[in-house]
Amino acid sequence: MKTPGIFPAVPALVLLFAFFLFPVVRMLGYSVDAGSFEWYAKALGEGLYLGVFWNTFQIALLVTLICLLLGYPVGFLIATTTPGWAVLGFIFVLLPLWTSVLVRTYAWMVLLGRNGVFNRWLIDSGIISDPLPLLHNVTGVLIGMVHVLLPYMVLPIYGAVRRLDPALVAAAEGLGASDWRIFWRIYLPLTANGIFAGSVLVFVLSLGFFITPALLGGGRVIMIAVLIEQEVRQTLNWPFAAALSAVLLAATLAVYALAQRFTQSEART
Amino acid sequence: MPTRSGQLSVAGHLSVTGLCRRFGEVVALDEVSLDIAPGELLTILGPSGSGKTTLLKVVAGFEKPDAGRVSVDGQDITAMPPARRDIGMVFQNYALFPHLTVAGNVAFPLEMRNVGRAEVARRVGETLALVELAGYGERLPRQLSGGQQQRVALARAIVFNPRLLLLDEPFGALDRKLRETMQLEVRRLQKRLGLTTIFITHDQEEALVLSDRIAVMNRGAIQQVAGTMEIYERPANDFVADFVGESNIFHGTLTEPGIVTLSSGRRLLVNRDGKVGDRLGVLMRPERFADKGANGFAAEVVEAVYLGASLKLRLACEDGLELVVRQPARGKLPVAGQRLEVGIDADAIHVF
Amino acid sequence: MSRRLLVVACAAIYLFLMLPLMVVFPISLSSAPYMQFPPPGLSWQWYDRFFDDPQWLDATWRSLYIGSATAGLALALGVPLSFSLVRGRFAGRALLDRLALAPVIVPTIVLSVSVYGLFAKLKLIGAWYGLVVAHTVLALPFVVLVMGAGLRDFDRSLEQAAEGLGASRWRTLRRVTLPLLRPSLVSAGLLAFISSFDELVVALFLAGPNMTLPKKMFDNILMEIDPTIAAVSVMQILLVVLVLVLIGRFGRGLGGANMSGSAR
Repeated sequence: MKTPGIFPAVPALVLLFAFFLFPVVRMLGYSVDAGSFEWYAKALGEGLYLGVFWNTFQIALLVTLICLLLGYPVGFLIATTTPGWAVLGFIFVLLPLWTSVLVRTYAWMVLLGRNGVFNRWLIDSGIISDPLPLLHNVTGVLIGMVHVLLPYMVLPIYGAVRRLDPALVAAAEGLGASDWRIFWRIYLPLTANGIFAGSVLVFVLSLGFFITPALLGGGRVIMIAVLIEQEVRQTLNWPFAAALSAVLLAATLAVYALAQRFTQSEART
Repeated sequence: MPTRSGQLSVAGHLSVTGLCRRFGEVVALDEVSLDIAPGELLTILGPSGSGKTTLLKVVAGFEKPDAGRVSVDGQDITAMPPARRDIGMVFQNYALFPHLTVAGNVAFPLEMRNVGRAEVARRVGETLALVELAGYGERLPRQLSGGQQQRVALARAIVFNPRLLLLDEPFGALDRKLRETMQLEVRRLQKRLGLTTIFITHDQEEALVLSDRIAVMNRGAIQQVAGTMEIYERPANDFVADFVGESNIFHGTLTEPGIVTLSSGRRLLVNRDGKVGDRLGVLMRPERFADKGANGFAAEVVEAVYLGASLKLRLACEDGLELVVRQPARGKLPVAGQRLEVGIDADAIHVF
Repeated sequence: MSRRLLVVACAAIYLFLMLPLMVVFPISLSSAPYMQFPPPGLSWQWYDRFFDDPQWLDATWRSLYIGSATAGLALALGVPLSFSLVRGRFAGRALLDRLALAPVIVPTIVLSVSVYGLFAKLKLIGAWYGLVVAHTVLALPFVVLVMGAGLRDFDRSLEQAAEGLGASRWRTLRRVTLPLLRPSLVSAGLLAFISSFDELVVALFLAGPNMTLPKKMFDNILMEIDPTIAAVSVMQILLVVLVLVLIGRFGRGLGGANMSGSAR
């Protein structure tokens, strides 16, 4: 069978150029409309907006770390358990992954609100007297985002653990290594690529998150995507929104480029 | 069109001339020419990377040659797409369609030729019976054993009366017993149908069992084409001698008619006249040695390996020559360190 | 010993993952007139309210056909694209590979705002097919990932066998290649559907006055949290379960291998 050329790709290419590349480039053009960089100066110069970027970065980093902490055990367990338990584990990871972010965000509002399930339960059982502030603050946003992004960490780590040759572990055991040593000396270094891939993915997705901070942050946790939405829909300040988008996009692509370079140099050594 | 009653087809004369194919720096086919007579089974024997699979792909049409010509019964098919060549092929992994039943697989080539329903059913039934799989039509390939899958692949390749049958290392995945059964069965079928067949293998024993003629390939070039006996007894060069069977190969000079002198100074009596001073290769098959002969070797046993039917000895002669010798395993068997004498007659030595 | 610790930790994490999905079930069946947990009694009132409200039904219907159209278009464009990307040999293939996956990487908010700008100019805001086009851009990477994995695992000697047996390229595609890729096609189509059906950010900008289900939910959550949302959530979760069951039964596994491909 002859190999297909670029021809079958053309319809999809037309779509991607017309409704992806072109609009993005066109919008980014607004940010330097008059040939001046004033909107970038505003985005990166004024403390208020710089604070939003800093916030976004901190939250993304925290989310990534928490996801790693929670995701590694799960990915590890699914990859090393019996097929039956693995299927169950996959259901617990994939069902939330494919459930609408809105549904999950709503559920967290129900769980974390002042009169939510958690606070009710804690007060009723006498552990606390006043409701804990779990919603409309950074805590709520972190919980919601970790919940949404955790599967993206679990899956690459699962893949990395699966690819590891079980003979290595058996060999280490045979040589007298303890469970913890096997973990630190065999699993962790040999699954580093999965950890890295998952972390990059979670971090990058966090940077552009909108729904969770918009709803669980209650207007008090402003991340960059929320700010862009406000600038377009409420303030109608297109050039500024474009400049903010450009910065977000540049940050995202930079992380990816760095990650790519890192993995490539890794592969060469 | 031949019927299934065993009548021989007369067509199917394949001829390839001057085929060349390079993959970058690698020369897969180097001026390959072959002629295969109707009804003949020709084996292409060679190590992996020798170009035999490329040759098969060019004949089947999956690979285009850089130069050269492929023709069947005088018709040039070099540029013809595979679908129109009417060549049946059995793939190394069988390539059975996993989503079709056994009958569906065998019917496939007939449906592609728009054969009527009733005719398809009849021929599928006949062909499955021919490969002894009658009653298996509704099964899926994955429900069959390796040997049965192989039969389905064979049935699918012959059901449309192809002009040519190509077999690409089809027995590689089978265990030894089953392989031997299948080899004989394929040979029986091929003869009965009179199908011109090219068979590819790296297994020299298999080649000797199955073939009318063998073409030995190495590095993209054909080293020798000859009948099985000829290939074994009178190989054309070192490569063929070494690749087919076990061998003791030496090089020397014809110092006088009938005598080759090796570099160690040993003089061997051979049946060869020629120009004195010619550089020649000498081949002595391990099983051609006897206790005595025109050429005698006094040697020490370095290693003795018991192989059931025979005994394989590695001998070191006094002049430094090393020999591999096979003896029938009976009586008192020699052991390592023991001294003994073997001999070989002049006409048991092949000179090339 | 340490293994038991791991299992306990993972059980807690599974609970964390599943808790939000489970909590909406009792709430959706609550007899209380507002959010209350645990519910004082059971009733179907919130489901009744959903099925009696033309706004909810209209939004659901719109999301269903936009999702279906997106799945169709994403397959129609994405399957040939995947063939090119996996099997093609042409200059710029690696670049094209990245372009096809880029919609996953580029933040959705940036894509939404950009397309909003363009569609406002083209007067396409509120048009259902405008939303389909934008959702297809987002769904293409899923199709490319799933189909790409399927194609890379495909044994091409089957196609050679078909051609050798007399099948034309078209018939080989129809009789051998596509039937064997059907699990991948099922998975890719369902994923594309779900990705559109659940999508909010693009819809927020492009749907205009027309509600999609996620947009209607978003507005409701912002305005008044009443348990109708819980009823909708339950139905959404059941839909996802159905889709995952369909994928498990007829599709290609969503295991780590092909999903983690998106991480690269």
